[in-house]
Order: sequence, then structure tokens, then C-alpha cells
Amino acid sequence: MASSQMAAKPKKPFNFYKWIRSREGQQAFIIVAFSIIPLALLLIFTYYPFAEMFKFSFFKMKYVGKREFVGLKNYIDVFTRDDLFSSLKLSIYYIGGAMVQLALALYLATVLCFGVKGGNFFKGCMFFPYLINGIAIGFIFKFFYTRGFVFDTVLQWFGLELENLPYWLKDRSINNISLVGTSVWKYFGQNMVLFLGAMMSVDSELYEAAMLDGANKWQQFKYIMLPSIKTIVTLNLITSITGSLSAFEPPYVVMSGGANGTATYFVKMHEVAHTSQKVGLASAMAIVLLMIIFVATILQKVIMNYVFRSSEDEDVNAAKRREKKLAKARAKEAGK
Amino acid sequence: MTIFQKIKHYGWIFIQYFSLIFFSFVALLPVVSCLITAFKTKEEYETTNVMTLPQSWLNFRNFIQVWEDADMGRAFFNSAIVLVFVVAGSVMVGSMIAYVLNRFTFPGNGLIRSLFLFATLLPGIAMQVATYQLMYQIGFINHLYGYIILSMGTDVISIYIFIQFFENIPVSLDESAFMDGASYFTIFFKILFPLLKPAMVTVMILKGVGTYNEYYNASLYLTGEQKTVSMALYTFVGPLGSQFNLICAGAIMSLIPALVVFLIFQKQIYSGMTAGAVKG
Repeated sequence: MASSQMAAKPKKPFNFYKWIRSREGQQAFIIVAFSIIPLALLLIFTYYPFAEMFKFSFFKMKYVGKREFVGLKNYIDVFTRDDLFSSLKLSIYYIGGAMVQLALALYLATVLCFGVKGGNFFKGCMFFPYLINGIAIGFIFKFFYTRGFVFDTVLQWFGLELENLPYWLKDRSINNISLVGTSVWKYFGQNMVLFLGAMMSVDSELYEAAMLDGANKWQQFKYIMLPSIKTIVTLNLITSITGSLSAFEPPYVVMSGGANGTATYFVKMHEVAHTSQKVGLASAMAIVLLMIIFVATILQKVIMNYVFRSSEDEDVNAAKRREKKLAKARAKEAGK
Repeated sequence: MTIFQKIKHYGWIFIQYFSLIFFSFVALLPVVSCLITAFKTKEEYETTNVMTLPQSWLNFRNFIQVWEDADMGRAFFNSAIVLVFVVAGSVMVGSMIAYVLNRFTFPGNGLIRSLFLFATLLPGIAMQVATYQLMYQIGFINHLYGYIILSMGTDVISIYIFIQFFENIPVSLDESAFMDGASYFTIFFKILFPLLKPAMVTVMILKGVGTYNEYYNASLYLTGEQKTVSMALYTFVGPLGSQFNLICAGAIMSLIPALVVFLIFQKQIYSGMTAGAVKG
């Protein structure tokens, strides 16, 4: 999306002194000199592995040794082996978590945007988890959820009995939710900062004008804040879904490699690739995941376009009506 | 104001502060409880509730033990080296490509932008199967430089932050310098580069925090002597089992650098995040 924006930008005035021959030469030279390293890094460490991985996905192979072409067998395995495909279902928990996280971030950003005393302090507290090392977060939450430890103690402060509380990490009906909680905890503050940044970029005069016109807080939110942040909301949606599909650190660290039915697709993939060294199968898993991510991204874009188009259509219609009115008025004037 | 309006007004204020205090509490609780435990002796940890404050806030024995056992000194040193090179490299590479993409129109400009953009959609960890083979073949495994070069690789966000910043630097500046006989290299390094400082700070912080916290690639491509802080932390999984007073000490130790950077550069971090996200 950004690329089309950039491409639409008017051309720089370099055209205008193009007549200097030497200048063109110098330009070509600097373009090559400055882009060769970044492009080489990009091609070598992103696109080459991508192409290789695609190739691997059709082979039965280990890191070393013979390769055997097996066609689509790896892909069929991905979908038919119970343990692999079912791990993808866990992503639903993470997607649910991502939705909660976005809603929470949006709410808190709104609260902060209306101005409170000590807003910066609160913002800092909620943002800080984002900066903590993923491994450290894993340990912190392993500790947090242990039976009778932090979480249980705090719940007991509020009058709950320990006997009635589940084992947060052992109980299979709840442990995935506990893990999703850690990722919501890490990212909600960061999302909030993003939303707040977009909200603050709105001209404050708009709010003043709205207040003078008697708009209440809800109307301010709906008509001023929300439209100004829709791009970033869409973007966050996409990144959080991509992130949910590739959730890795919470089960890997908190559950020491995804025990108790918490192994997400990524954890499984890691296991297949590095423990059992089935490189071909792991590659096929990665390609399948990429496909899902592409589809999810495109779907989201379409849906978001559809959702936001309705409001824009209104504006267009309103503009048309106004034009018509003006035209009528002009016709009247002319008639006089 | 009527009574009804007053209730509404103060009710909203109450809700505002209540939610902020509640979620700040939620955000801090896991870390603070960990901090409390990190200062407890073994006996204290085994006999008292986790939320009971430690007898002494000066009991640094856990920290010292973790520092020695996990060889944290070495880990911090390695992380520092990786950090310096990756951050410096990203700033150089990112600003150079951003300069070219922003200042010159040439065939392939759009293609390069799309290539970088598309790369963001590829989840890095998924491709490690193939990347690992590549790294193995070119002998980049178990060397700090291999990991550093890989980490510098494709940092799209920093490129976008730089591009955005270049858009706000008038082209007339380049032009007048060129008229005075400066080459493009001089224009970039002597004139534009110093102007990029705010964008550089942003990129340094974002990339720095990301690199410092990175675990997955580090665990694949580095071993023993070259271990980073994340890797040193991960070694606690096995031997320490449930000795959380030590594990917490390690976790707290690892987040101190991030905390210091955060407290100093709060503003830049916030604005950098927004800039990076909006453009990316």
C-alpha cells in the first residue's frame, strides 16, 4: 500500500537538469553504489532462502545427505497429519487474543487522548512490557502462573479460593488462554501508543470546534478520532493476525517447547525442522503458513475496504448532493 | 451543570482513572512480583508467599550467583558487540538505500520498494529452514559476524523511517550543493547524513531493542562462547528448574538495559514507533 503512495508522488525535479550529461553518470554510479549492499542482503538472506525453501518442500531430505523428490507428499502430510494441522487451530486462540488486545488498546488510547493527569506515567507503565526480552517474559509468566504464586495470590486478595482456581498452565482447557494472555500483556501497550500517536496527529482545533458545536465525547470519538486512525487500525489488524499465526515464544519458553497441547504451528515447525530434521516437511509447513498469511492479509484488506467504504460513500454522496444544490442555485441566479 | 451532567462528568473521569490504574497495575504486576522474588534468599523464597516483600532489598546474592553461573558478563559483552555492529550497519544501509530511493527516479525504483515491502510479509522464522542451510554453506554459523550480517539484512522499517525523513528535507539543499561542485557522496555524507540525526536515533532504538531481545536466530547461529543475553537467559530452563529466585534475578538483570534506554528516550521511542508503523 505504501509503495503505491510513493509511486504516486510527483517526480523530483531532477528531470529539469537532466541535460547535464555527467550528472546522469554520477547518478547512476551513486544509485548502484548505495543500493548494492542493501539489495544483496535482501536477496541473499530473504529471497534466496525463500526460493530454496520452496524447492525443499518437494523433497524428502535432511540437512545433509541424500534428497529424494516426493512431489506434493509433504503438502499432503501437512494437511493430513493430525498433530500438524490441529496445531494451526491453536492460532484461533491467538487471533482472539489479538482482537481483545486491539480493542483494549483502542479504548486506553481514547482515554489517554482525552487528557488525564499523569498520562505519560500510565502510558509508560503500559508500554514497557513491549521492550522486555521474550525469553525473560517467558520466565516471568512461568513464575506468574505457577500454582499458588503471583496470579493465584492476587485472585485470593479479591476473595477467590485457591481450590476453585484452575492450574493455569497444566489445565488443557485454559492453558492456551493463559499463554495468549502473555502476548496480549506484551503488545497492548505498544498498540495503544500507535493508536494514540495517530489520534494526537489530528489537529486539536477540530476537537475544539466539535466541542463548541456541542459534540459529546462519543461523537468526538466516532467522527474525529476513528476516521483519523483507520489506516493504523487496519495495519495493526494485519500485523496482529500475521503475528497470531506465527505465535512462537509464549509456548516455547513458558511451556518449555509446547507441552500439554500448547504447541502452536510454529513450535511444531521448529520441532520438525530441527529435532526430527525433516527439512522438506518443515518447508512445506512454512509455505502453507505463508499462503494462509497472504490470504488473511488480502481478505482483511478487502473487508476493511468494504467496512470503511460505506462511510466514505456517504461523503461522496453528500458532496454530490451539495454540488447539485449549488448547480440548482446557480441556475436560479442565472434565470433571474 | 445539572446533577445528571455532573454525575456523567465525574463518572467518566472515574472510569478514565480506574481503567488506567487497573491496566498499569496489570502491566507492572508480573515484573514487580519478579523483582520482589529476585531479592529473596532461598529459604525466604521457599517459606514466604511470593507477594511478601523480601527481608532485605540489598540482598544481591541471587544476582551475583546468576551473573557467575550463566556467565552473564560474557553474554552482555557479546550482546553489546552485536548491538553496536547491527545498529551501525542498519543505519548505514538503511539511510543509503533510502537516499537512493527517495532522491532519484530510475527504472527499478518501484521494484526495489516492492521487494522490501513484500519481504515484511514473509515471517522470518518460517524461512530459517532454508536460511540455516545457506548460513551453513557459507560458514556463517557459530561466528558473531555471521549473526550480525544476518540481523542487518532486511530491516524494512528503518528504511521507511529514513525515506519519510528524506521527504522532509528539501531537495534544493542537494541541488545547491551540487551546483557548488559537490559530488553525490559529499552531499550524502557531509550534508544530509548529519541532518538525519532524529531519524537515526529512532532507528537505533527500535533496531537496538529488537536485536537485544532477539532469541531465535541467536540460538540457531551462535553457541557457547558467543552467546547473547537472551541465550544466557534461556539456559536457565534446565538446571535451575523452579528456583525462581535465581531465574527472576536473571530476568530482571536482562531488562535493565531496556529500562534505562526507555527512561532516557521515551519520546523518541513513541514517535519512532508511530512513524515506523504508519509508513510500514
